[in-house]
Amino acid sequence: MEKFVKHSGSALPLRRSNVDTDQIIPAVYLKRITKSGFEDGLFGAWRNDPEFVLNQPQYKGATILVAGPDFGTGSSREHAVWALQNYGFKVVLSSRFADIFRGNSQKAGLLTVILPQEEIEKIWQIIENKPETQISADLQSKTIAYEGTTLNFEIDDYTRWRLMEGLDDIGLTFTKIDKVSEFELKRAVFKPKTLPIK
Amino acid sequence: MGKTLAEKIWAEHIVSATPNEPDLLYIDLHLIHEVTSPQAFDGLRLANRKVRRPDLTIATEDHNVPTLNIDKPIADPVSKLQVDTLRKNCAEFGVRLHSLGDIDQGIVHVVGPQLGITQPGMTIVCGDSHTSTHGAFGALAFGIGTSEVEHVLATQTLPLIRPKTMAINVEGTLKPGVTSKDIILAVIAKIGTGGGQGYILEYRGSAIRALSMEARMTICNMSIEAGARAGLIAPDQTTFDYVKGKAHAPEGADWDAALAYWKTLTTDADAKFDVEVNLNADELAPFVTWGTNPGQGLPLTASVPNPADIANAEDRGAAERALEYMGLTAGTPLRDIKVDTVFLGSCTNGRIEDLRSAADVLKGKKIASSLRLLVVPGSARVRLQAEAEGLDKVFLDAGAEWRSAGCSMCLGMNPDQLSVGERAASTSNRNFEGRQGKGGRTHLVSPLVAAATAIKGTLASPADL
Repeated sequence: MEKFVKHSGSALPLRRSNVDTDQIIPAVYLKRITKSGFEDGLFGAWRNDPEFVLNQPQYKGATILVAGPDFGTGSSREHAVWALQNYGFKVVLSSRFADIFRGNSQKAGLLTVILPQEEIEKIWQIIENKPETQISADLQSKTIAYEGTTLNFEIDDYTRWRLMEGLDDIGLTFTKIDKVSEFELKRAVFKPKTLPIK
Repeated sequence: MGKTLAEKIWAEHIVSATPNEPDLLYIDLHLIHEVTSPQAFDGLRLANRKVRRPDLTIATEDHNVPTLNIDKPIADPVSKLQVDTLRKNCAEFGVRLHSLGDIDQGIVHVVGPQLGITQPGMTIVCGDSHTSTHGAFGALAFGIGTSEVEHVLATQTLPLIRPKTMAINVEGTLKPGVTSKDIILAVIAKIGTGGGQGYILEYRGSAIRALSMEARMTICNMSIEAGARAGLIAPDQTTFDYVKGKAHAPEGADWDAALAYWKTLTTDADAKFDVEVNLNADELAPFVTWGTNPGQGLPLTASVPNPADIANAEDRGAAERALEYMGLTAGTPLRDIKVDTVFLGSCTNGRIEDLRSAADVLKGKKIASSLRLLVVPGSARVRLQAEAEGLDKVFLDAGAEWRSAGCSMCLGMNPDQLSVGERAASTSNRNFEGRQGKGGRTHLVSPLVAAATAIKGTLASPADL
């Protein structure tokens, strides 16, 4: 995973609530067996509409998605995170994220930042008036900053450290693998096994 | 202070706990399917890692598979590649796989319980958000992403921050014609699609205790639609009777030891939930959704809501967009909505009891000439059981299509899809825009409402026939 310390870029306003993962990447696009190539399916059902915000030229090159509440609900597909990353997004701002989506983004290195809805509204207005506005997300100081405004956000220290160091969880767990082996010795014998097949 | 059921199961699976870090939890069972696993197996290969516990892992083909002509090669080359990749990965890493045509093939959340490998007190994960289904057994079961799938394959553990707990108390007695699907749709309408975010739900109360295992699975299945990663129900005699005798159920002294343990799996009387929500089962009616998220539901007797009456600006905007997408006008009685397709199936309502209850309504009747009824059993065994009971005859005589097992039209990854503007009454779990096919319109319903709607041609309950 790439290290994430600080990112600055222009932003794209997605004024919708409850954008579920079927909207972020429809199921028909999930048949790929790699983590790349999902950008064409991003918001697949809406992409044909020339009015859709992703098709508006002033937001071309945006790397920060400013989304409505309850972003990423529904299916556990990590493809939703990959599609956003493949398209070029590094940061998503919302007042509420679905649990699985947020977990997936933190595993894959896409920064999800929770801000109060009134701050999201202000950012929407700013970037709709001035699409070139640069927004920066800083994990070191846990802040979002734009045009003289600085907003603090919360993120647990462990996830922050992992993202800043670009560490993957599996490597970290392998440092404790002896404890896993110890735990396995104590597991109840009646717990089911899938093998041999009965 | 006592512990809730979820807290007990969590505590018993902690491998390692460090202050200010997630707990490392042991995973008792890992379920796998073709869509969310290929990149995880690739990750193992790249790092030269193996599957730590193939004996706690099981795979099935469900999301992509056709439900017609399953003896022929999969026609869609991209679907075929994904299924072939699963077969190759399972063979290479020694994982048990139930392929298309195998008697134990089916939707992963139907297969686990029917094999008896879903048992109380376990931690169960799968790269699928409806893993919450297994919570019906008093297991802590939740959906994970592909990075986590790889983590579980490699280590049989997951680092997780413990969610808070929410009690959903449902007291009283359901009226005839009201099912567990109606309970969960009412719960989601009440707390919203984000209401359960950050919580594990525990469904409690006399109305829950009275439900069969399969009805309980329907409720736990849709916990994720309320935003909760997991939902569970304390095991009781109904649970023990269901598990006993299944292929992988404990036997002899193991059964006695397991049963003694399972009986401890209740929320202590002095435990405290972070939040409690109450529902009166006596007041519930058949529920249907009118919008494009599962929280946009109402009793079937109601009318399409007027967005102008919704005070919250976000909800109002969402309702306006939903009505436009659904092609509905505020004030239209829900029972006047004409339906093109009825889908009976999915991990929510594709089990044998669901098929029986729908067949009861359809017996000796014909479906409306204007619509198609697709009946897709949740697993190959459910299909065989239904055929042994003659249910396939009932469906076919009524004019329905009788298909092979899979996720099918719930998410339309296989050829079973809605076309643009086509309207479905569906026993599945998501009415998202385009979920069942691009431009398709979905109303979520119970199997009873699905069957009655198929006969009437408009949204209906058996009482309307």
